[in-house]
Amino acid sequence: MIGNFLDQFWSLTFGGLSLGFIYILIALGYTMVYGVLRMINFANSEIFMVGTFATIIVVRDVFKFTQASEPATGFRLVLILATALIFSMLVSGVLSMLVEIVAYRRLRRMNSGVLAPLISAIGVSMVLAESVRILTDSRPVASPRAMEKKFIGQFFDAGIRIDNTIIVISALILFAALMTFVNRTRMGKAIRAVSMNPNAARLMGINIDGVVSATFLVGGLMTGAAGFFYVLKYENTASNIGFELGIAAFTAAILGGIGNIKGAFYGGLALGLLETYASFFLGTQWKAVTVFVVLVLILYTRPNGLFGEALTQTRA
Amino acid sequence: MINLRDKGAEIWESQGRLGRIGIALSGVAIAAALPFMGGTILNTPIADYESVLVYPIAMYVLMAIGLNIVIGKSGLLDLGYVAFFAIGAYTMGLLGTKTDLNTWEILPIGIAMAMFSGIILGVPALKLRGDYLAIITLGFGEIVRIVALNLGALGRSEGIINIPTPPAIFGIEYRFDSHRIYYWTLLVLILFAIWMVRRLSVRRAGRAWESIRQDEDAAELLGVPTFKYKVWAFVLGASVGGAAGVFYASKTLFIAPDNFTLQISILILACVVFGGMGNIWGVILGAVILGYLPDRIRFLSDARLLVFGLVLVIMMNLRPDGLLPRKKREKAIVKKDAS
Repeated sequence: MIGNFLDQFWSLTFGGLSLGFIYILIALGYTMVYGVLRMINFANSEIFMVGTFATIIVVRDVFKFTQASEPATGFRLVLILATALIFSMLVSGVLSMLVEIVAYRRLRRMNSGVLAPLISAIGVSMVLAESVRILTDSRPVASPRAMEKKFIGQFFDAGIRIDNTIIVISALILFAALMTFVNRTRMGKAIRAVSMNPNAARLMGINIDGVVSATFLVGGLMTGAAGFFYVLKYENTASNIGFELGIAAFTAAILGGIGNIKGAFYGGLALGLLETYASFFLGTQWKAVTVFVVLVLILYTRPNGLFGEALTQTRA
Repeated sequence: MINLRDKGAEIWESQGRLGRIGIALSGVAIAAALPFMGGTILNTPIADYESVLVYPIAMYVLMAIGLNIVIGKSGLLDLGYVAFFAIGAYTMGLLGTKTDLNTWEILPIGIAMAMFSGIILGVPALKLRGDYLAIITLGFGEIVRIVALNLGALGRSEGIINIPTPPAIFGIEYRFDSHRIYYWTLLVLILFAIWMVRRLSVRRAGRAWESIRQDEDAAELLGVPTFKYKVWAFVLGASVGGAAGVFYASKTLFIAPDNFTLQISILILACVVFGGMGNIWGVILGAVILGYLPDRIRFLSDARLLVFGLVLVIMMNLRPDGLLPRKKREKAIVKKDAS
């Protein structure tokens, strides 16, 4: 068993890394909204699901790929991937803003506590998941293969697959862009201000509604990108995938300390690797249990997650 | 908007002892007469009306009352309530098929098992606050389901079949198709749960829960043993869930991990928030509506969960405190000061 594990260590690690980066991007959707509103964005998982379908629409309906067609190469391939990525991000980002307007805005203005928005977000996610389920006839949808999945290199014994490489590199770029946005721009500063103290931020003349909308937009953009990477890696989707990945990504956000962007990064990576190793040793069916046991142990020793700030302090 | 809750409380408070007994008895009588209303507008197309009364409606009401102790009374967000329901049901399934014990003997065992797992989960989890508690309980609910799905002793995905019906008690026989009998039995369980919650609410435990919900730090500073009462709330909630589970297994005769998904936890949570957190009558109303609605609109077949989601969004936006919210004590105090 251990010998096997060492043999496969690097290929498992590469798979785990790319899964981890998908988790990171979804976890950013949760953690950004949580940082600003102190609320769990329950609909984020369905925003991810819609993102995966947006990618498939681009590949299948815009570029007319079928299961039988030849994989694209060269410039055409880059064009297809870029279009699909940008389209998924935009669809998810705009949808995320709409979700905020429908499910949160009115309740936020009424100061109605945490639970009422939670239920209305659950309602929105039911509407999204059910609409897509009806449209797809409850069947999983396979994505035509637009890119041939070659090995582009060798690392020890493991081949490095091109799709995993693309995921890791583009997710790193997106993450860096997000960090720059939050730390360097005016809107990013406003987001940080609202997340520290909404009342003081309002007194300083910050438009809270605008900031919240921007936060949902950015979270949705990241989640949409995750939808694209998911289809690139697994080449299929269904109306009910949001749930499982959403829970995992939410766990990742908690693991790193929710509300903390860097926390989502390390939490997502840790979770992706942990899940992959755990499925190897215990079988895929026990991976969720392992993840939760680790989560409980970490929260028990570090109640604010690995990188979290003390919630009680920021709340006051 | 008219405040139904205050109107109801006013009528109740203006009555003497006799009037209150009258109101309570007529309420119970109406609830007990529901199985005979199958021919009226209440009828559910496609699904059998009387079995809808048992599950989901009555079962949801019972679970919502249990979850209300945890969320509504003491403000602890529990997203894995289905775990206790599953533990009760699997206790019934295992003991009912492997031993000679009957439902009535297993009921206390199932409740004890649910309470015990409530302690196991609650003691570490309740040291955490707010949203972390939510994710830990959610994970617990999933773990219970995954264990049931993967352990051979629990029947894996096939579940447990041939669970016995309850034996006759006081001359009442339980046949698997006599839904009315099950409904009335559940009604008795519900009344017992209501009685328990109401008694606890006006005593030390209820006051402790209320103070924890409003401000845990202040409660702790004033000497309320908050951790102890949080575990109590959790365990009492679990016991109600366990009882519902035992009875559910004994009614459907067949359980599988698919019956205990996170969706149930979320639905019960929705019942509590939709009806009006913290107010037991609101919670019951919420559970009745949310249990009944999907079956009533079954003619929409494919779109019924979509409509259900829309209803949740619209209702929460119109009445964020739920249909029958808890008494606005703070408001009442302010009014007195002003006058």
